[in-house]
Amino acid sequence: MVTRSETLAKAAALRALFEAQGAVVVEPPILQPAETLLDLYGEDIRARAYVTSDALRGEQMLRPDYTLPVVQMHMSHGAEPARYTYAGEVFRRQERDPARANEYIQVGYEVFDRLDPAAADAEVFALIHDAMRGLPVRPVTGDIGILTAAVAGLETTQRRKDALMRHLWRPRRFRALLDRFSGKTPVPPTRAALLEGDVACDAPAIGLRGRDEIDARIAALREDAAAPPLSGGQVALIQSLLDIRETLPYALSQLRDLAVDLPAIAVAVERVAARSDALAQRGIDIDSLIFEASFGRVSMEYYDGFVFGFRATARPDLPTIATGGRYDALTRLLGRGGEIPAVGGVMRPGLMLELEAAQ
Amino acid sequence: MTIKLGVPSKGRLMEKTFDWFADRGITLTRTGSEREYAGAVGGIEGVSLILLSAGEIPRELAAGRINLGVTGTDLVYEKLALWDQLVCPVEELQFGHADLIIAVPQAWVDVDTLDDLDAAAAAFRTRHGFRMRIATKYHRLVRDFLRGAGVADYALVDSQGATEGTIKNETAEAIADITSSGETLRANHLKILSDGLILKSQATLWRSRTAEMEDTDRATLADLLAKLG
Repeated sequence: MVTRSETLAKAAALRALFEAQGAVVVEPPILQPAETLLDLYGEDIRARAYVTSDALRGEQMLRPDYTLPVVQMHMSHGAEPARYTYAGEVFRRQERDPARANEYIQVGYEVFDRLDPAAADAEVFALIHDAMRGLPVRPVTGDIGILTAAVAGLETTQRRKDALMRHLWRPRRFRALLDRFSGKTPVPPTRAALLEGDVACDAPAIGLRGRDEIDARIAALREDAAAPPLSGGQVALIQSLLDIRETLPYALSQLRDLAVDLPAIAVAVERVAARSDALAQRGIDIDSLIFEASFGRVSMEYYDGFVFGFRATARPDLPTIATGGRYDALTRLLGRGGEIPAVGGVMRPGLMLELEAAQ
Repeated sequence: MTIKLGVPSKGRLMEKTFDWFADRGITLTRTGSEREYAGAVGGIEGVSLILLSAGEIPRELAAGRINLGVTGTDLVYEKLALWDQLVCPVEELQFGHADLIIAVPQAWVDVDTLDDLDAAAAAFRTRHGFRMRIATKYHRLVRDFLRGAGVADYALVDSQGATEGTIKNETAEAIADITSSGETLRANHLKILSDGLILKSQATLWRSRTAEMEDTDRATLADLLAKLG
């Protein structure tokens, strides 16, 4: 059993690695304002945040991660470029598995640097990769930017692209939308009747969602019904993209093949190539590094480019030991007009010690 | 020690529970003044009656402070994570039927399915700048259900009563609540989504898996369950 003091000692040692890179130590408060921040998390973290309130400051939450408070701090008064590190508790409600901790120590590193995003990606990954050395873990990488570029490049209406983009994080829902837009799923009878204009309703309009909003949606539905279905070829391209799971060089060649038919992803694919070179320069063995196109789709909602995770090879029951990624859009959301390319990663020293102890 | 039986302390749920036990030769009665929550058990030795709010019975069963309890499936599923490790259903009592459902205003002619709700929520958030609010007291069940269905851009707001009124009062746009006949929904100009059934609930007799028992208690429990079964 790993004790808390052992975990804290490990966390301090890991944080020192980042300090040696010139990172500034930051200590955001444990209590964070929920109203401004909570909405920016994906629904997994949002549903699991411990939220409380006081009459004076309104809704507060126990920080469920460091990245958002650090971004907020940087965007309000940080100098550029900046590197930050931190170590401390994060809190997440557990409702299913009592074996999972609801309070644990995270150590992280965040880089705000405009100069060379590929190099910054490689820097964060390589530092965490080094810290993991000797542990029975396997890294996986991915890139959310490829998926968003692919959706943006589909030959269909903007409305359908928006809907797919919104559900990029929910694979089942995303699939159902593709099936509907390509005409594979039949139109439900209630929808057909509505489109025909056969729906009479004399119920009073109650609530905040007004008659105009209802009419606007009906108009949108009619417009959508008149639009040609998404072609089977386009659906197949998305599917082949999502199915890519290869070592980085092979994945790159598959991505380049796909970019011939899906030119919208070309720029994003070259970003993967540049990152691959930057990783190799940092000494990462890219010939064995896995690239999984759908990696990060379920739980990493604020990442919008490079994503990575380190999982324990023989312990599928454990949560991911380290995760990270690029979150340029988040800096825009919290930037009040400003923005800066940003990438970061976190490790869980408690789990790392558990793996060490088992060796 | 005695076997402790927890029963809802008031209303139709209490009366129907008393009737159900009476049909099986066990008489439950309230004792003392009308306002005093004390009771007695006849027809069997070694069982005591604990009158509680139906909403507290899941917690008491899980903590092992009562051995048996009558409460709705909805409350057990909502209040106990990993409920099947803490309690076990003994008998469905065939009353207190209620469905946990998602309802929206009847005037929303464009919304009939969860798919529609999701699309309407996205448009609502763009228009109003905040997530579509769903009023409920069943946070866990509703969140799990909506996550499974891939509905996004909603926020749950807590409502412990008169939930059907929250839409008219503009504190919520949709609700997730228990209904038995649907009359209250209709009276408030609401309709149930065609795929918006979250859970079918009824009054159920539960046994605690955590309550400690002596040998005599075990015999009493077996005797009681034989009479009820």
